[in-house]
Amino acid sequence: MATKIAYTTGLEKFNRTSKVVDIFFHLVFILLALLCVIPVIVVLSISFSSEASIRESGYHLIPVAWSGEAYAYIANQGTMILRALGVSVLVTVVGTVLGVLLTTSMGYVLSRPSYKLRGFLTWVVFIPMIFNGGLVSSYFINTNLLGLKDSVWALILPLAVSSFNVIICKTFFKSTIPDGLIESAEMDGASQLRIFFFIILPISLPVLATIGLFLCFAYWNDWFQSMLYIDNQNLYSLQALLNSLMSNVDALAKNAASMGVSYAVLVATMPKESARMAVAILIVLPVAFAYPFFQKYFISGLTIGAVKG
Amino acid sequence: MISKAEQKEKRKRLRFRWHKQDTELTLLALPTTIWYILFCFLPMFGIIIAFKNFKISGGFFSNVFNSPWIGFKNFEFLFKSNDAWIIIRNTIGYNIIFIVLGIVLPVLFAIMIGLLHSRKASKVYQTMMFLPYFLSWVVVSAVGWAFLSFDKGIVNQMLVSMGGEPINWYMEPAYWPFFLILLNVWKGLGYGMVIYLATITSLDSTYYEAAVMDGASIWQQTRYITLPMLKLVIVMLFILAVGRIFYTDFGLFYQVTRDSNSLFNVSTTIDVMVFKQLKSATVGMASAAAFVQSVLGCATILIANWIVRKIDPESAMM
Repeated sequence: MATKIAYTTGLEKFNRTSKVVDIFFHLVFILLALLCVIPVIVVLSISFSSEASIRESGYHLIPVAWSGEAYAYIANQGTMILRALGVSVLVTVVGTVLGVLLTTSMGYVLSRPSYKLRGFLTWVVFIPMIFNGGLVSSYFINTNLLGLKDSVWALILPLAVSSFNVIICKTFFKSTIPDGLIESAEMDGASQLRIFFFIILPISLPVLATIGLFLCFAYWNDWFQSMLYIDNQNLYSLQALLNSLMSNVDALAKNAASMGVSYAVLVATMPKESARMAVAILIVLPVAFAYPFFQKYFISGLTIGAVKG
Repeated sequence: MISKAEQKEKRKRLRFRWHKQDTELTLLALPTTIWYILFCFLPMFGIIIAFKNFKISGGFFSNVFNSPWIGFKNFEFLFKSNDAWIIIRNTIGYNIIFIVLGIVLPVLFAIMIGLLHSRKASKVYQTMMFLPYFLSWVVVSAVGWAFLSFDKGIVNQMLVSMGGEPINWYMEPAYWPFFLILLNVWKGLGYGMVIYLATITSLDSTYYEAAVMDGASIWQQTRYITLPMLKLVIVMLFILAVGRIFYTDFGLFYQVTRDSNSLFNVSTTIDVMVFKQLKSATVGMASAAAFVQSVLGCATILIANWIVRKIDPESAMM
């Protein structure tokens, strides 16, 4: 497993590109890096612009008039936003735990060379990688047969397992867990379930972290499942809420109006444009702070996946 | 004394005997297997909806059985509609551009970043360039709106301040192929770079040392060592990408364009069309299109893999 991401490209000091080329490369990458980051900073700065200045002169790279009204609005009376935040957190936590369990257990079973059904289950995991039922058929199975329409499980279950992750797990267990360890546990009379939960999982932190992170980001960023299966606004995740705000900035006010405040007053006073961008920032912030710390796990995960398993 | 044949027979029987641990392992695999049956294999059989006049009335199975067979009617509808060819052209056209750019640019920049003298700087650039990969399409669509909205967008502010006329971007199909390609590159470049860079950094440095001894320049080293070593990864990602040539990133084509009708000709792909039809409950054409996607998608991935195996068995996926 490539946990080390040191940049030893073999081109050590005695064989470097010339200074001029190096400076040129730096310029290229500074430009590219800025292009990747600036759009998000723009959204941040809009969320801190005063509503009046946006109405007057539109969005700007740097706010014409600074204001925290969008965030104050969210904090004070955004029950809908808080509920959406709750749904997002719940789905991410439950989905990640469930997904990790389903993925690693299958990965472990497939990594046992003496298991009788190994060949069969390998096909079960492999076939969906090249063939699938398509959106229409999946949609009808999920709504018509499994009854997932307007259920929070519609946001969790369909994303829990991916064959790609199962294969990463299998490759990891196969290459890092010594057979002797499992054999000696078997000799001591431990059941396979015991071995998996009390011996394998505790020493497999790197792969748990990799799969867990993949799933975490996938659940937090998912909006498509909401779009397909969720009509009830109370089950909107942050992504679904932002989605509805993008097409209709008044969506927030509509919900708040049911709580006894005059709709007209609300629409007139709420910071609509900046609130929209503030919700986007609410989504991006945890991700933007988290991923640089977990980047190395992602990279090692991607590299394991690239090895044929 | 037992004969050799008997011994062999006994060993064979032992090998096939079902042990207690097989039961335990089956138990462990059961939840995931059930998941696979419900969410992957049942939909595979549901694909026959494409050949039926699907009506929603009772439970799923009774719906499938009671809906009348109509043969290829759904497909006739699909391919006779005027939009079918625009949609197929968009899907395959964008994918070809994405596949080419998705290999050339990440490989180019991965090699360049690997040559930087400062590792610290290279790490900082990589982290920054990885950011777009972690944004959802809904957020990207908000970012796009901040730049392109007609009355408030930053691009129009700039145009006006430079004395130009504001443009209603979401109504102008001419610009969107360019925007869509740019956004796709923007979102995926950091990710692609990381994959190739991980391969480059894991290469044995003795190759390069030997090359330096022989007096190879850095460009020769790149050409004759780095690129050939990357081939395996490139080919694998290529096969995967070709296998998905009938699929597009729904978020890019639906969310970012804000489902604008004026952009239909340049932004509607098979996925977008299937989703829209499904939402408007016109199942016929949607199921036919989804069928084309899964069956041809499967065929292309197998063919791509077969061709690769003919040329270079080492690089093939299966």
